[in-house]
Amino acid sequence: MSLSISLTINGQARTVVLDDPRVTLLDLLRERLGLPGTKKGCDRGQCGACTVLVDGRRINSCLALAASLDGAEVTTIEGLAEGETLHPVQAAFIEHDGFQCGYCTPGQIMSAVGLIKEGHAEGDPERIRELMSGNICRCGAYQGITEAILEAQKVVTEGNRRDAA
Amino acid sequence: MSPEIASRTTQPRRHGSNSGQPLTRRDGVLKVTGRATYAADNHPEGMLYAVTAISRIARGRVTALDVTAAKAHPGVVEILTPANRPPLSHDPEEKMLPFGFRVEVLQNDGVRYVGQPIALVIAETLEAATEGAALLNPQYEVADARTNLSNGDRFDTASVGIGMPARTAHGDIAVGLAAATHVIEADYVTPAQYHNAMEPHAVVAEWDGDRVTLDMPNQAMALSCASYAAYFGIPAENVLIRSPFLGGGFGSKAILNGPQILAILAARLLKRPVKLALTRAQMYGPVGHRGHTWQKLRIGTDSNGRLTALHHHALCATSSFDEFLEAAANASLPLYESPAILVEHEGLRLDTGTPGPMRAPGEASGSATLEVAMDEAAVACGMDPLEFRLANYAETEPGTGRPFSSKALRECYSEGAKRFGWAGRPIEPRQMRDENGFLVGWGMGTAVFHCPHFPAEARATLRADGTALVETAGADMGQGAWTALAQIAAEALGLDPDQVEFHSGVSSLPDGGIAGGSGHTASAGLALNNAGEDAIAKLAALATADPASPLFGAGNIGVVARSGRLHRLDDDGRSESYVEILARAGQAEVIGTAKAARDQEAAAAHAMFSHGAVFAEVKVDPDLGQIRATRLVGAFAAGRVINPRLVRSQYFGGMIWGASFALHEEAITDHRTGRIMNADLAEYHIPVNADVPSLDAILIEENDPYVNPLGIKGVGEIGITGTVGAVANAVWHATGVRVRRFPIRIEDLIIGWDTSRK
Repeated sequence: MSLSISLTINGQARTVVLDDPRVTLLDLLRERLGLPGTKKGCDRGQCGACTVLVDGRRINSCLALAASLDGAEVTTIEGLAEGETLHPVQAAFIEHDGFQCGYCTPGQIMSAVGLIKEGHAEGDPERIRELMSGNICRCGAYQGITEAILEAQKVVTEGNRRDAA
Repeated sequence: MSPEIASRTTQPRRHGSNSGQPLTRRDGVLKVTGRATYAADNHPEGMLYAVTAISRIARGRVTALDVTAAKAHPGVVEILTPANRPPLSHDPEEKMLPFGFRVEVLQNDGVRYVGQPIALVIAETLEAATEGAALLNPQYEVADARTNLSNGDRFDTASVGIGMPARTAHGDIAVGLAAATHVIEADYVTPAQYHNAMEPHAVVAEWDGDRVTLDMPNQAMALSCASYAAYFGIPAENVLIRSPFLGGGFGSKAILNGPQILAILAARLLKRPVKLALTRAQMYGPVGHRGHTWQKLRIGTDSNGRLTALHHHALCATSSFDEFLEAAANASLPLYESPAILVEHEGLRLDTGTPGPMRAPGEASGSATLEVAMDEAAVACGMDPLEFRLANYAETEPGTGRPFSSKALRECYSEGAKRFGWAGRPIEPRQMRDENGFLVGWGMGTAVFHCPHFPAEARATLRADGTALVETAGADMGQGAWTALAQIAAEALGLDPDQVEFHSGVSSLPDGGIAGGSGHTASAGLALNNAGEDAIAKLAALATADPASPLFGAGNIGVVARSGRLHRLDDDGRSESYVEILARAGQAEVIGTAKAARDQEAAAAHAMFSHGAVFAEVKVDPDLGQIRATRLVGAFAAGRVINPRLVRSQYFGGMIWGASFALHEEAITDHRTGRIMNADLAEYHIPVNADVPSLDAILIEENDPYVNPLGIKGVGEIGITGTVGAVANAVWHATGVRVRRFPIRIEDLIIGWDTSRK
């Protein structure tokens, strides 16, 4: 069986021939398209390590069948920085030590980018903690994660305001 | 948010040396861009996928596997079962010292725990291998599962943990108890817990003749190379382990396990690279866990609140076929002065995977109960818990009288209490409410962790351009080893960290020892320091023997290395750069090497521990019994701090593990089948961001001239100890209900306060 779908991944249009209808978006990215930055922690939508943006929204890529995403626009951790310039969320995670082992980090960062873009965070740490609770960090870097998102959200909002002016 | 935390965003202040700076992580950019390569991210040409089929029964044997159906599935290449598994050169039932455990590698059709591998399916795709494993449809002959105190076999043991004595006695416990005015006696239960590193155990194995390359997360590379070599009948130097990043380890990635050995075996059999990554559910069995314990404490106190006796007994679960017993009771040895201390352990065999070391093995489970018992004893004496601990402060190691190599625990108590605002805490429970009517409680606990030191080696190469390459096969599983170790090396070499290229995480480099026991920074760090000093000494020999050098003849006086130059010790103005020295000598580089280990004389003469004090606030819903840890303050004294930013993160992580031990984590067994009912990340509760309270960690300065020449102790595990008790004691203080099993549950409180009202 083979099925051809079109995806835009990190801004690049790709035609993907699926060899198997069981392939999830996560396994497509990791095992077939050479994009292993997105991580598998549970394969059950419970840990958030595989979070990517599909059409701008945060999803668990382990729970999405690739075959159902024909025409979708996918952003992964590999597509966030512009060249050597880090996205404000990436830079803030380094500055605030928002990770230790780094394994949940791609998912944390994609969730953070998504929630800032959706206008959720708004400077409230309690709200950020709730909204980030779909991303487990076993090392316990939560304090740094929350601080990083607070800062990045400020940077992103200011950037948007400047762009609008 | 504390001012200390807020200031982390500002420019780090330099303390005049490379060690001590709060640098950000050297691997930070790789980790935030997805370019850090973990084991399962590798994808060599022609790679196959392996998936283990696992047992769904706890005891018995596999009577049938539908190999035909599985093999018929498109994409399935091979299936390993006990019937066709190729031979191994080492008997898996024979333990390989020092950290070897018995493993299941299809040596027979027997089943000894749920989740044991019973076959390995290898296929062209992950999907095909997964389906193939499901099609095996195993049939079993089932024996009753032994899962608890009533049906497990109790046994006496001579050792606990890894080679620690099971029983230690100081003084006469009966005499001590008889002399007491108050005696508290209580039973406590701690559950089985699973490491649950975010990165599942994985390996990508590729053979080239009789050499094998293993991409795998690994906390103990040199030991593992030797062990794999024994299993596959090849020399240790033919095993190359690449472990540049570990997605968490917590002790579970230091010890060989069956699934990984089977995947390596499949790669050899099929002459193609093989990848295996455990599923989350498969991590609840063959890769270790923190064992279930049942503990009893008896504490006798005199009329002044001084201990007369401390008796700690721990019954510790292990598997039916191997031993790893939590050295839980040993937590009562180093902390409190008492004329009589008795700690003892017993084992209990259950049909479970063998437990293993998990972040703060022994100390976590033992400190949890000791600190609650101390709280109970303080209550019995009518004393404030902090005042009670100070009254029983050990100036020297209890029982032995050995001096501590350093111990700034008093400062931890006072600084922690001050930051938390402990003064004025009501002694009676159930006295405080917040503005929403929630019950508020404050509790505290003492933190302690020993300071192991593993032998390690390193190499430092000073290059003609004035930069350096330093190398040791260490492991960074999130502690920040890459950063802290590079800082230590840079300091020894008199260079800035960004002039030092740091190579690690590959077994072909000098042995970096074991990344465990909170000992990695000290162990690998000392080797790097000594290798750096060796390189500087060789460079100095070149300069001081060269008449053209301003340092000529300074051999006896000595030189000091600073900012890429050697300076005469007695005349700072006379100096020469590394570049000039090497250029004139016509050398491309000088290489320094070192093998470092602990000074055994200093170790015998001193007790070596990190210490700390943790203060916790919890809020409890008075109707629903819902518990939230709202505030944690820890103050820790752990020798010299190399990088305060990373150390604080380690303390935070440990404290969160402590809060989790107290309120969240537990593997729940179905006693009818022996299965763990919550073997996933939804139902096995690990704290999420919203569960984590406001955290504050205070770094107390400590100069330790004995623990090692760098004065470094460890910080990775101590945060758990003390925190569990602090949170549990805060729950008592909020509610008046003393819960003696972990995690503390809503129903414990509701039943507790119903009972207390009757």
